[in-house]
Amino acid sequence: ASFQAAWCVLPARILLVLTCQKGIQMYESDGSIMVYWHALDIPEHPPAQAVFARGISAAGERFICVGLSSGMVLVFDIPHKGTNITVSEVLKEHHDAITDIAAELGQAPDGAGDLVTADDAGTLCVWSSGEEFSLLNRIPAFGWTCSSVRLWNGIIAAGYGNGQIRLYEAATGSLRAEVSAHARWIYALDLAPATGKLLSGAEDSFVHVWKLSRNPDTDDVEIEHCHAECVTDTQICGARFCDPEGNSFAVTGYDLSEIFCYSQV
Amino acid sequence: MSARPLPLLFLNLGGEMLYILDQRLRAQSIPGEKARKVMNDIITTMFNKKFMEELFKPQELYSKKALRTVYDRLAHASIMRLNQASMDKLYDLMTMAFKYQVLLCPRPKDILLVTFNHLDAIKDFICDAPGILNQVDETFRQLIEMYGCLSAGEFQLIRQTLLIFFQDMHIRVSIFLKDKVQNSNGRFVLPISGPVPWGTEVPGVIRMFNCNGDEVKRTEFTTGGNYVTPQREGSFELYGDRVLKLGTNMYSVSRPAETHTSESSKTLASSAKENIAPNPLAKEELNFLARLLGGLEIKKPGGSETGFRLNLFMTDEEEEQAALTRPEELSYKVVNIEATEEPARRAELERILGDLEVAEPCAESCGKGEDLLALMDGL
Repeated sequence: ASFQAAWCVLPARILLVLTCQKGIQMYESDGSIMVYWHALDIPEHPPAQAVFARGISAAGERFICVGLSSGMVLVFDIPHKGTNITVSEVLKEHHDAITDIAAELGQAPDGAGDLVTADDAGTLCVWSSGEEFSLLNRIPAFGWTCSSVRLWNGIIAAGYGNGQIRLYEAATGSLRAEVSAHARWIYALDLAPATGKLLSGAEDSFVHVWKLSRNPDTDDVEIEHCHAECVTDTQICGARFCDPEGNSFAVTGYDLSEIFCYSQV
Repeated sequence: MSARPLPLLFLNLGGEMLYILDQRLRAQSIPGEKARKVMNDIITTMFNKKFMEELFKPQELYSKKALRTVYDRLAHASIMRLNQASMDKLYDLMTMAFKYQVLLCPRPKDILLVTFNHLDAIKDFICDAPGILNQVDETFRQLIEMYGCLSAGEFQLIRQTLLIFFQDMHIRVSIFLKDKVQNSNGRFVLPISGPVPWGTEVPGVIRMFNCNGDEVKRTEFTTGGNYVTPQREGSFELYGDRVLKLGTNMYSVSRPAETHTSESSKTLASSAKENIAPNPLAKEELNFLARLLGGLEIKKPGGSETGFRLNLFMTDEEEEQAALTRPEELSYKVVNIEATEEPARRAELERILGDLEVAEPCAESCGKGEDLLALMDGL
């Protein structure tokens, strides 16, 4: 049973990464060849704690990071071509299952790092990628699962199980905005890097479009609400922008065999 | 996926089953003594210690077919009989009701409150039997112990596992349609008004802070939803006000539960495929069934008690008609398992089969060939 799928765009190649119960699979971008398979350590008898991989992101131009239910993050070193993929590092900062991983989509200010990892408890970690990843900041949880996260121009956008969206400064870890965005668990966040538009989808059947920006005088982070869309009687499970400007987006939901696409007219 | 959802699935479905049986027993004017005996017998069987032990072991959810078999046995744990059509309808109602409850849980953790609602009601069904009452309380304690400290993320995983189990089921239930809780296409209505979950703020406020943490700007936005703050949180103790209505009894004698299965949803293609492909889990399911059913102590009805047949429909003719017109994709096919097992397994099965004493063979559910259930029914 498949759990998650993500395109990982690196300068040299694009890989399709899938996580499932047994392990992590990586395919060439046309899906034709599986170039790598990483098996998860599954004990013979099902433990009370579920074992799975969750959270996928390209990072730092030659890595792909995948999160695990143990809280560990596997860092895979990806060659320009071929199948010689290796685990270069295992990041061990989280104690709860990883929910999402996001790489910087714009231009990171100094000291802001280029990768964010989030977990079930709601803890966020900010990293600087490289031969050895270094932890720059640890943003403590406030009691709710952080289900999804995005990073843009040094701003972390995090969606939580209580329907809240929070914006943090990646360089310092400080809270810059708090939005009571949804009435239920937020399932998906996406960001359009050309404009700073943020998309949020939740179980309350709503999809919202927001705009992130930085005030040039005060350097304050700002967020404004642009649009609300109610996908009637649907618990949103996935939401993604279809273009870098964020003029259109696609939405999926529980029990839905269709993908709904919305565009700005 | 989570290895913890089975106890919740079993207890909640069992709870719904008891609600429906209670309503039908009264609608069909079954004498009070017989009705109470049936309810007591089923509850005793459900909460049997050995059975509960097996249930609470970490394990994955098995197919709907395998689970259905357990409820078949449970429904026949007493002097009551159900025809195939009635059993099918009972199972449809049970599963759609619990699917609705899981879907509409405000917080993932509320699935525990739904379970407690069912258990609270089950305790009320028990008549003059302190022993069974203790068993239910014991199960309550086991639930609190196993699920009490799970995080929201772990509960959400359990909830997702259950939702996948119920995916693509769109049987229309008339009591849901009447209450405008389900649409005519079988999908549940998700309200965009009412109290937000405990711990969630009413949507509409944006607060922005400067680098020192001072709030510098506050704006509002509207969505079209109409939410309010909740009054209080439900209790997770052995006794208490659960607050949440999901999982409480929605049936009464004047509100019978009917299902519509003549027009099946077009998304049943996936379940049809499941029936055609050879089932690689057959051996696992056999083990699961053997373990669970081995713990189910089905009592032989006493000499003086005469059995009766319960009908989930208004008339016998309706029941017959339902059996004839049930769409192929919705039939709960019997698990086909080869009886040519290795000797050790065979011996264990024979011992378990010997323990299961069913008073009357259930003719309708006998399949041809060597499947396990046919063997059991032949006893």
